[in-house]
Amino acid sequence: MEHITLLLGIVIVTALVFDFTNGFHDTANAMATTISTGALKPKTAVAMSAVLNLVGAFLSVEVAKTISGGIINEDGLKTEVIFAALVGAILWNLLTWLVGLPSSSSHALFGGLIGAAVMSMGWSSIDGGTVVTKILLPAVAAPLVAGIAAMLATRLTYRIGSKTDQKATAKGYRAGQIASAGLVSLAHGTNDAQKTMGIITLALITGGVLNPGANPPMWVIVSAGTAIALGTYLGGWRIIRTMGKGLTDLAPQQGFAAQTSAATAILASSHIGFSLSTTQVCSGAVMGSGLGRKGGVVRWSTATRMFIAWGLTLPAAGLVGAGAEFLTKQGSWGVAVTALLLIAGAGTIWALSRRNSIDHTNVTDDDVTDVTDEPAGVVTTAIAAVTPPPAGTVADLDTDVKTTIPASPAPPSAEPARPATV
Amino acid sequence: MHIDWAALGSVFGVSLVITVALVGLFTLGIVGLTKRESAAAQGNSAALAVSGAYACFALCAAAVGYGIFLIVA
Repeated sequence: MEHITLLLGIVIVTALVFDFTNGFHDTANAMATTISTGALKPKTAVAMSAVLNLVGAFLSVEVAKTISGGIINEDGLKTEVIFAALVGAILWNLLTWLVGLPSSSSHALFGGLIGAAVMSMGWSSIDGGTVVTKILLPAVAAPLVAGIAAMLATRLTYRIGSKTDQKATAKGYRAGQIASAGLVSLAHGTNDAQKTMGIITLALITGGVLNPGANPPMWVIVSAGTAIALGTYLGGWRIIRTMGKGLTDLAPQQGFAAQTSAATAILASSHIGFSLSTTQVCSGAVMGSGLGRKGGVVRWSTATRMFIAWGLTLPAAGLVGAGAEFLTKQGSWGVAVTALLLIAGAGTIWALSRRNSIDHTNVTDDDVTDVTDEPAGVVTTAIAAVTPPPAGTVADLDTDVKTTIPASPAPPSAEPARPATV
Repeated sequence: MHIDWAALGSVFGVSLVITVALVGLFTLGIVGLTKRESAAAQGNSAALAVSGAYACFALCAAAVGYGIFLIVA
C-alpha cells in the first residue's frame, strides 16, 4: 500500500509542477501585448495576471471530469500513466519556453497522455477522430479566427481614429487593453487550474483515496490555484518577448485590437463549445493585428518556427510520455528513474536558459534578434538532450548538468562547453 | 469522426462581429473624448461628442461584464 501512496504523492507533485509551467508558459497570452505596448510595467502586468489566475481558479465549481475529454479511453487509466504523461508535458513546456516559442500547454498534456496511453494499453486506447476534431482542426482554426478578427478590427480602429492625435489616444487604448488582458487571465485561471484539479482528483480516485464522482478537496483547489498563480507571477519572459516583440511590432491600437480579439475568441469558443487553444488564439491575434496596420510586418521566420513547434507538440510530448511510461512500467525503480530524469532534464533546460537570460528588465528591449536567433542553435542541442527515450540518456543528462552549470556564470566560456552537450 | 462545423462557424462569426464591434465602439469613444479637448481649446462645447463617447464606453463595459459572467457561469 505504501508504494501506491508514494506514487500518488509523486503524481500530485508532478501535476502541480505542470500547473506551474502552464502558468509561466501562458503569462504571455494575457500580458505579452500589454507589456510590449507599455500599457503596464512588466512586473505589474504579471502580478495582475497572477492574481486574476488565482481568482479564476476559485470561480468555477465545475471541475473537469476527464483529463483528455475523450481523446484517450480513461477507463482503468493507471496512476503511472498520468505521471508519464505529465513528465512529457512538463519537458515539452520547458523546452518551448527555452526557445521562447508560445505553444499550447493543453496540447502538450494531450500529447504526453497519448504517448503514455499507447505505451501502456496500445493504439486502441486512442480515439483518432477526437484527436483530429479536438486538437488538429482547432490548431488550424484558432489563429485564423482570432487573426482575421484582429486584422479587421485593427484596420477599423486606424480608419476611425486616423484624424486624432496619437499621443492623446494611446492612454485610452492602453486602458482598453488592460481590461481585455484581465479577461484573458481570468478565463485562463478558470480553465487551466481546473485541468490540474481534474488530474489530481482523478489520480486520488484511481488511488482509492477518494470515492468515484467526489469533488476535489479544498487543499487540491488551493494548491492548484497557487501553483498556477506562482508560475504566472514568475513570468515566462522569453515567450512574452516573442509574442509581444518577436512576431510583429505593436502600437497601442494594435495591442488593443489583438487583445480584444483574443479575449472574444476565447470566451466565444468556450461558451459555444468548440474549444480553441488560448495560446494559439493569442498568437493568431497578434499576427492579425500586425497585418492590419498599413506598413505593419509579421516576422514570418519567427511565426514559422512557432507553427513548427505547434506541429511538434503532440509527437514530441508523446515520445517523452511513451518513454517515461516504458520506464514506470518496470516498477518502483522505473518511477524513481523517471522522476530523476525529469529533474535532470528540467535542470539542464534551466542551465541552458541562463546563457541568455531574459527577465522583466530586458523583455521589451528592441534587439529582438539575439533572442530569436540564438535559441535556434540551442533547439537541436536541447532536443537531442531531451527527446530520445529516456532509457539511454541517464548518463548524458547527468553530464549535461555537470558541464553546463559550471560554465554558465561566465558566458564566454560557455561556448567551449557546447560540444560536450551535443 | 464528426466535425462540428456549425459550432466552428459560429465561433468564427461571433468572434469576428463582437471584436470588430467592440474595437469600433471603443475607438469612437476615444475619438469623442479627444474632440472635447480640441473643442475646449477653441472655447466651444462638445456635449454631444462627449455623451456619445461615454455611451460607447458604457457598452464596452457591459461587454466586459458579460465576459466575466460567462467565465463565472
